[in-house]
Amino acid sequence: MKHTISVLVENKFGVLARISGLFSARGYNIDSLAVGMTEDPTVSRMTIVSEGDDKTLEQIKKQLNKLIDVIKVVDFKEGEFVDRELILLKVAVSSKTRKEVLEAIDSCGAKIVNAGSKTISVEAAGDQNAIKSLIELLRPFGLMEVVRTGRIALEIGDKALSGQGKPEANE
Amino acid sequence: MKMTGAKILIESLKKEGVEVIFGYPGGVVLPLFDELYDVPIRFILVRHEQGAAHAADGYARATGKVGVCLATSGPGATNLVTGIATAYMDSVPMVAITGQVKTFLIGNDAFQEADITGITRPITKHNYLVEDIKDLARIVKEAFHIARTGRPGPVLIDLPVDIQQQELEFHYPEKVDMRGYNPNYEGHPGQIKRAAKAISDSKRPVIYAGGGVIISEASGELIELAKNNNIPVTLTLLGMGAFPQTDKLALGMLGMHGTAYANHAIMESDLIIAVGARFDDRVTGKVDAFAPHAKVIHIDIDPTSVSKSVDVDIPIVGDAKRILKELNANVKKPDTAAWLEQIEGWKKKFPLKYKDDDKLRPQYVIEQIWEATKGEAIICTEVGQNQMWAAQFYKYIKPRSIISSGGLGTMGYGFPAAIGAKVGKPDAIVFDVAGDGSIQMNIQELATAVSNKIPVKIAILNNCYLGMVRQWQELFYKKRYSYTCLKGSSPDFVKLAESYGAVGMRITKKADVRAALDKAIKTDNVVVMDFVIEREENVFPMVPAGQAINQMIEGGLA
Ligand SMILES: Cc1ncc(C[n+]2csc(CCOP(=O)(O)OP(=O)(O)O)c2C)c(N)n1
Ligand SMILES: [Mg+2]
Repeated sequence: MKHTISVLVENKFGVLARISGLFSARGYNIDSLAVGMTEDPTVSRMTIVSEGDDKTLEQIKKQLNKLIDVIKVVDFKEGEFVDRELILLKVAVSSKTRKEVLEAIDSCGAKIVNAGSKTISVEAAGDQNAIKSLIELLRPFGLMEVVRTGRIALEIGDKALSGQGKPEANE
Repeated sequence: MKMTGAKILIESLKKEGVEVIFGYPGGVVLPLFDELYDVPIRFILVRHEQGAAHAADGYARATGKVGVCLATSGPGATNLVTGIATAYMDSVPMVAITGQVKTFLIGNDAFQEADITGITRPITKHNYLVEDIKDLARIVKEAFHIARTGRPGPVLIDLPVDIQQQELEFHYPEKVDMRGYNPNYEGHPGQIKRAAKAISDSKRPVIYAGGGVIISEASGELIELAKNNNIPVTLTLLGMGAFPQTDKLALGMLGMHGTAYANHAIMESDLIIAVGARFDDRVTGKVDAFAPHAKVIHIDIDPTSVSKSVDVDIPIVGDAKRILKELNANVKKPDTAAWLEQIEGWKKKFPLKYKDDDKLRPQYVIEQIWEATKGEAIICTEVGQNQMWAAQFYKYIKPRSIISSGGLGTMGYGFPAAIGAKVGKPDAIVFDVAGDGSIQMNIQELATAVSNKIPVKIAILNNCYLGMVRQWQELFYKKRYSYTCLKGSSPDFVKLAESYGAVGMRITKKADVRAALDKAIKTDNVVVMDFVIEREENVFPMVPAGQAINQMIEGGLA
């Protein structure tokens, strides 16, 4: 099963290497990883999407928590978070397909960032379904480049992942 | 007062109570060495940085204090790597300090530059590259704190030479403040109650204890749990000494070269009480077949050890000593009389044995080391058959009396570790039980031991083979001894010892073993004993890789 894990880490040199090194050394898979500074400039937040059985996921969380630079780890439960990804892509157009491509872009709520005579560059943000349907819709016209940021996720409701302490897994 | 970075480091080490550093100099640690020239911290100059790391490790395991080693950048730092990895696998508190090229040269492929924080990331509990002299004192404070607390481990500090030369006011922080590091010591009270009930309700309980009991100084509590409730105890290699091997509840080591009765007990048990042990594959054999009838209680400070390989029914994360104390107050004594009787039967039927003829056999040598020291010695080991015989035939009666590379299985570990152990425990008799292969991996430390007057006793069980590998080739590769025979290619260990200024002895007869040991123990110098043993002696019982642990060669089947 796919899991979306938010990890608060010290915003320090080398932390990303510690995390990616942990995943590769232990053979855990990473579907996507996105990282950036939080409201507190000393803290970065990573959103990691990983796939594995319950036992593996349990180990991933514990191993992440074991890293000294990791402040907090939360594995989001289905339905309790929203996730978004930003995508930039370049699609080929000709005089024949131009109109159709523009309609497709519009129907997905995507934004044109640059339009040339042979290509159109598009920006879109959305959940995985939205991103996927945009890509599939434009693929027949000729996708020349696709760039994705990786998913970021936020818990819905009033709770917040503060940087205060990290609960040890007991149980 | 303003101080140089080098002095700040040394003053910080003093604040941490460091008595001794094992190390080796080089270009980018010159400022540090200049400080060491007139500081009361003892410095042991090794002959290879790997020796420094293992010596710091041996010192730490013998004393429970943090071991410190020091090396220059580049090759000095990379020479520490095996030692750091060894300490990491066995949860040894250690601080490794390396010099680094000037900050502005980092990343430039400068002379003797190596990315040692990158290299050691997966084999340290944590590591630091000091980028600003302002961080130095705090980093040292944190490094020692991280190394010795929670599940201990090695921490590396990489210190560029220009920072050693800069100056700053010295303030040593009173306490550490790390929001991402907060080990949990207190066991969950509800879980402890559940465990106590499971023990009280059990009929065939076994305690399976490891190095965590020794680290947590919980041997007393473990003995109480076992003895008050008549529960037999099996130990891992690193757990040896946590429960006296002379006790009737002692089952000895379990796993691949464990005793048949320990392995049978595990396989028939209805409750495994694991304390400070991590279900390593050398212990469990085939995991799916491990302890099929047992509920498992697992007490460990490291949450990642819990349910990693064997599924645990009652996990209790925290400090073994505190948890065992609580447990002892809550357990009602189960009736284990029938169970102990069954185990007694296995002990009679499948004792540890070897051929007691007039040949010089390694097991006899170990037994005689026991007779000569009565469990009071510190036994360091190399890796291979020598290590397993040392585990099987010496009766460890107290914690920190065996020092062995369990997790990584590092040949060349034992001798420098013995040097470190003897430095930490100068009054103890310290042996390195060695193989003829392993001893040659750090033989250069003879110079260190002799010149620093560290009189350790090396007992080489010389079979002229890389014996453990040969044993596997004999059993599983049709005796095709591919590159494992050392006959005719090793040095004369007696002459070698003498050329270093140590005492060399060669023992070829069983009848001479005890006298040689007594003489070695009395000698106030490093002694190298070359025991020329039966060449093709094997370590039994043995669980072939991937089998259930009751499927032992020479162990009888359950
Ligand atoms: C550094 C290192 N290299 C290789 C091995 C693999 N290995 C394990 S035991 C062994 C043979 C050890 O020979 P020796 O020291 O003579 O001990 P014996 O088994 O003969 O007692 C080898 C090569 C190892 N454990 N460590
Ligand atoms: Mg040998």
